[in-house]
Amino acid sequence: MSGSIQDTFFEECEELLEATDEGLSAIEGGDHDPEVVNAVFRAVHSIKGGAGAFGLDELVAFAHRFETVFDEVRANRMELDEPLIQLLLRSCDHLYNLVAVARDGGETDQAHHNMLIEALDKYIPEEEEDLTFEPMGLGGPMDVSAIDIPQAPTEETYQIHFRPLKDMYSTGNEPIFLFQALQEMGELTIVLDDSELPGFDGMDPEESYLSWNLTLVTTEARATVEAVFEFVEGLCELSIEGAGDADADAAALAALEAAFGGAPAAESPPIVEPAAMVEETPPAPFEQPAPAPTPEVKPDASGSKPAAPKAENSKTEQRGPNPTLRVDLERVDRLINAVGELIINHSMLAQQIANLDVADVRDVETELEGFKNLARDIQEGVMSIRAQPVKPLFQRMARIVREASSATGKSCKLVTEGENTEVDKTVIERLADPLTHILRNAVDHGIEKPEDREGTNKDKVGEIRLTASHRSGSVCIEVKDDGAGVNRPRVKQIAIEKGLIPENAELTDAEIDNLLFAPGFSTAKEVSNLSGRGVGMDVVKNAVTGLGGRINISSSPGKGSTFTIILPLTLAVMDGMVVSVADQTMVVPITSIVETMRGNDDMINNLGADGTLLSIRGSFVPICDVAGALGLEKKDDQPPGVYLLVETETGQRSALAVDDIHDQRQVVIKSLDGVCGEIAGVAAATILGDGKIAMILDPESILAASPAVGAFDTERRMSNAS
Amino acid sequence: MKTKVLAIDDSRTIRNLLAATLEEAGFEYVSAVDGREGVDMYDDVAPDVVITDINMPNLDGFGVIEELRGTDINSKVPILVLTTESAPEMKARARNAGATGWITKPFDDASLIFALKRVTGAAA
Repeated sequence: MSGSIQDTFFEECEELLEATDEGLSAIEGGDHDPEVVNAVFRAVHSIKGGAGAFGLDELVAFAHRFETVFDEVRANRMELDEPLIQLLLRSCDHLYNLVAVARDGGETDQAHHNMLIEALDKYIPEEEEDLTFEPMGLGGPMDVSAIDIPQAPTEETYQIHFRPLKDMYSTGNEPIFLFQALQEMGELTIVLDDSELPGFDGMDPEESYLSWNLTLVTTEARATVEAVFEFVEGLCELSIEGAGDADADAAALAALEAAFGGAPAAESPPIVEPAAMVEETPPAPFEQPAPAPTPEVKPDASGSKPAAPKAENSKTEQRGPNPTLRVDLERVDRLINAVGELIINHSMLAQQIANLDVADVRDVETELEGFKNLARDIQEGVMSIRAQPVKPLFQRMARIVREASSATGKSCKLVTEGENTEVDKTVIERLADPLTHILRNAVDHGIEKPEDREGTNKDKVGEIRLTASHRSGSVCIEVKDDGAGVNRPRVKQIAIEKGLIPENAELTDAEIDNLLFAPGFSTAKEVSNLSGRGVGMDVVKNAVTGLGGRINISSSPGKGSTFTIILPLTLAVMDGMVVSVADQTMVVPITSIVETMRGNDDMINNLGADGTLLSIRGSFVPICDVAGALGLEKKDDQPPGVYLLVETETGQRSALAVDDIHDQRQVVIKSLDGVCGEIAGVAAATILGDGKIAMILDPESILAASPAVGAFDTERRMSNAS
Repeated sequence: MKTKVLAIDDSRTIRNLLAATLEEAGFEYVSAVDGREGVDMYDDVAPDVVITDINMPNLDGFGVIEELRGTDINSKVPILVLTTESAPEMKARARNAGATGWITKPFDDASLIFALKRVTGAAA
């Protein structure tokens, strides 16, 4: 079976699981719309169906149990109470695991698996406890060769009498096709018996008058011959005689019946006796007469459909989802690269034209401006293809919170907002780990134990609010809990113990809170198996900054903490300020620049050996000489021309000293990964209009490497401490 | 001329499996993602045979059979039900509505083709 179809299955599974998760969450939230219940049922049902096709037995068996329990709910035979919803949510989580194991390999947690199965089985009524659902794989129910019956290697002759009842014709079954199927098995002689045909006057056009006597000489087994008539069972008189003794026939028939999932073999009339078929058969699956087509419909001229379905149809079109197209990510990325080149190409063209010694280039420049706008439109369009709503990510987080809550014995609920906010696919993927960590942390360290919460007039159930929103060209993800907030004295004490800050350091509340992000900091007294997996919040911070984003924490004792992650909309293009530093052209991300200003000597204050401060409107900020921080040779006679005021994540301001500002423009980010490793202070590179490569600076890491800023920091803490 | 199959199933996986199996066996394959779409497409597609799932949004398989059989002119086109359901009452309901036959998922290629041949006489 083709691998790509299996890939489709796993992709579809993701969607179906999301739908299940979403439906269950809605039900948990009090939505009892039958359509929601139906949607969950269908989703799990489809997972089972697809899994069966690929022989994923464990998944099939579990999905089947889930479906069976849920069918009880759907049929209103079982009340969907809180414990059951929780069980179903956990079962849904487990389905994710089973799908992941089926896709990526690995082991299922058998204890957990069995525990859930046992729990689900309690909800399955006795009579339906037939969980022997077997995925049949290639030995499917129709695979007659798989039925274990004596095969006839030699030619046999069968005498077949076949008389359709009138209902057979209303189900779309056609005798001639059955005969064709028989013909392919061997030599077939067909004799029509039209003796029952009445005269023209007495004929009822919907009655069945014809019967056939067939003689088939074939090497095929009897079961195969009988299988031809499977669909018309109960809709005809049928007898098949010859070949094989009676016992074998009975065995074959029983096997056939069992395989086709029809009525139990014991109750079925033997096919060899036509009379029994017609008169004695208990109501077997396909037996009731189908309603004859109503003649009134026929004269309805053109054969057009009734009006009612049409009207319904237009309604459906309105509520249906937008049509979508699935495209390989690689193709999209190729397009993104091409757009990047286009933007670079535009810059080059603009530069070439500017360099031309032509008097009037105004017309060309106007057209070029149009080119630029188009390129930007295309870029935005392409970026929006990569953009995806954060909803699936948020749904995963709901599971994380559930798991974390049960592991810590706390009760929390996750409230999500802005699920339809769209973010670049890569950003979403790389955000999963840090967000998981923050949420586990919020449950583990943020939310108090239920008994503690009651003492503080808080709802027993802790609330964690996960919000996504767009904020001036960036994406803002916020995790807000209503727990105890950061225990500042404790955090500070730990930081001192670990040597992260001097013992006499005097820090603002915000600075203490941000110590959580310091490398090597972990507040858990013992490493809990939940949030403390050997990594601290510094890993979270690195992941976020790796995406070109920032993370902040704010906390209010007794009321809770809020983590705010600000991310760029895309990782491929950004707005940057083109500056020159020691004769080199570099780019500083616009998002990190607060203000720019021309410097003059009055504004510069020396502070000790290598520290300088810039005075701005009555306050001082440390100056960081970019050339020095990057280890570039600087001409002594040239005074720093321009200061870029930047703000760090802790809210602290610094001034980056550069030689000059050239331009502000969109640049295409080219990763340096695998080219020259990690360079302190440099985030990536880009290609400028003149074809030269320019480094994109990372202000945060330049400041960290700058002795001047560090010195200032220590100085200030020391002075505050006294 | 190729035998044209209209497959109605809300599962992309099943649709893909059917497409691969049927196209390889020489059938012409057209699909719809739910019952409503299947019924709406029916006249334009003019299939030789319909394969439909039962559990689907918008219009389920029973509804598909009822609507297709409700128009007399179509009553000859075979409708095969392809589903994981195997309960006798489900089958009875489908047959009453006018289903030609019943194939249980998961299906295997050979038996699916075999069933299609029997109801359409396709020489595939």
